[in-house]
Amino acid sequence: MTGGAVTGGAVGQNRPVSRLVGRLGGMVLVVWGAATVGFFALRLIPGDPVTVLVGLGSVSEQVREQIRADWGLADPLAVQYLFYLGRLVRGDLGTSYRMQQPVADLIGQQLAPTLQLMGLAMVFAVLLALAAALFGRGRRSTPFVGLLELVAVSAPTFWIGLVLITVFGFGLGWFPVVASGGFGALVLPAITLAIPTAGILGQVLRQGLDAAAILPFVDTVRARGASHTRLVLRHTLRHAAANSVTLTGYIAGSLLGGSVLVETVFARPGLGRVALNAITDRDIPVVLGIIVLAAVLFSVINLIVDLVADRLDPRMATAEAYS
Amino acid sequence: MSALTATKALAKRMPTPGRGATVGFWAAVVFLAALVLAALLPGLFTAADPVRTDIGAALLAPSPAHPFGTDQAGRDVFARVLYGSRYSLMIGFGATLIALVAGLMIGAIAGLSRRVGDGVLSRAIEIIMAFPEFLLALIVIAIIGPGETSLLVAVAIAVVPAYARVARVQTLVVKRAGYVEAARTLGVSPVLTVLRHIVPHTIGPLLVMATMGVGTAITAAAGLSFLGLGPKPPTPEWGLILSDGRNFLATAWWIAVFPGLVITATVVSTSTIGRHLRLRGAGRGAGATHRAGRRP
Repeated sequence: MTGGAVTGGAVGQNRPVSRLVGRLGGMVLVVWGAATVGFFALRLIPGDPVTVLVGLGSVSEQVREQIRADWGLADPLAVQYLFYLGRLVRGDLGTSYRMQQPVADLIGQQLAPTLQLMGLAMVFAVLLALAAALFGRGRRSTPFVGLLELVAVSAPTFWIGLVLITVFGFGLGWFPVVASGGFGALVLPAITLAIPTAGILGQVLRQGLDAAAILPFVDTVRARGASHTRLVLRHTLRHAAANSVTLTGYIAGSLLGGSVLVETVFARPGLGRVALNAITDRDIPVVLGIIVLAAVLFSVINLIVDLVADRLDPRMATAEAYS
Repeated sequence: MSALTATKALAKRMPTPGRGATVGFWAAVVFLAALVLAALLPGLFTAADPVRTDIGAALLAPSPAHPFGTDQAGRDVFARVLYGSRYSLMIGFGATLIALVAGLMIGAIAGLSRRVGDGVLSRAIEIIMAFPEFLLALIVIAIIGPGETSLLVAVAIAVVPAYARVARVQTLVVKRAGYVEAARTLGVSPVLTVLRHIVPHTIGPLLVMATMGVGTAITAAAGLSFLGLGPKPPTPEWGLILSDGRNFLATAWWIAVFPGLVITATVVSTSTIGRHLRLRGAGRGAGATHRAGRRP
């Protein structure tokens, strides 16, 4: 952080504290922006929310009016928006049209399976990426590992899932094919979700390792008599990892986006399913809730990443301008 | 943050192209050319009908008569994949083109605006880029409703910010260049200055991004239609074919496996070509920066 303090940003963020305040302000702005754009964009949806509310049954116009009044849909848009913001500040995400249940509860119930999936996928991704980076670094095997990584990044997530089910589920019978709630049922989905991420992370790590291998500090460490393994694990890997940390936001994003597909492929419960159902049912409050949740999630992750990156590598603070 | 940014980071990795890389490049070009040909004239490659059902020939394993086997309705999977390339390529190229043009415009406007305008646009880009592209596309579909056109629009909107961001940085670099100042001094209109003098210098890196973006767009579109948000069955679309195959993994793995292989090969090809172009074009892009930097 001191590095950031000395060199600072371009617009007067000369102290760590004001930098942090600026970041927090930016976070609030992002969440507000997402909520606002989401709110108004979702009002553009053709069709009457009342139809979603009552489902397939037909109701009289009087009942419709009553429902509109109950849900505040008869108020002017600006009033609805202000009420929405007011509730949002208090952590109230509204009520689902379809499930007639608070959106926060709906999301809360499904948060755990998705977080488990994302967490395990993250672990797998880091392990796979480390393996690929350490084996493929500056050797003849690089083209092979490179191709493997390219395929990992390019293959559609849902297809990877289908192939894994075919081979390890039906073919070899190692893992259950349907979500049973046990750890075994989590393995294939997590690997599926991890593979594209591992491809990207592995490539960035490998690039970092190769770049660090020609820096002067390597000679210093060698001169001290450190073994090659120690050099890589303790020194160049740390260097490479500092670069990869900035990818965390992207990785979290791709894991969350990918979880929609993976949950569908493996018929697992989770946020992705909630989002997908809300979209097909046009359940506006739920869609909006997920947008806001995603905005909060990514703002927090990006904030943490920025702070950690500054810590790991003071040059990051100055390199920011080029990112 | 975005898939494009990540692909970009990856692209830097490749060393100077050796013989292997060149072979890879040409293999990718040939594959994509064949795919485009298949999209235009699928009848050249297969005589089978992609939508006509034949229950008697359901779930046949791959054979010379049906290279990719048949699906639950007896349709030839190879034919469905070939005819499906039309949708996927159209969405891939279409969405990328829209995103490229929109990104170029937004980026140029942001780059040329004064502090407030640039600040607002940059902030907006940043806010949108806080979301993963796939979620963004899902949200757009939530707003405009599912369907074929929606897929194209959703995928395009999801990637616009990434292009806009690069276009903005490029514009900032070029706008200080001597020839832009000269054009302005000579009284060339702002619109003409942008089109004639700024866009040609910002478009290079964007074209490389776009090449790789076509693959990303195809995967995203296939994913969305796999979720049932795109065209309706029995349209031979790649994501839909995979979604069909999902129900027959235990008995007929070929329905899902082959189309996925083709998608993967397509994306690998666009990435390979994009990387190649990046390496070839690197000198030029750097030149523009250099020129701009030399004349303050």
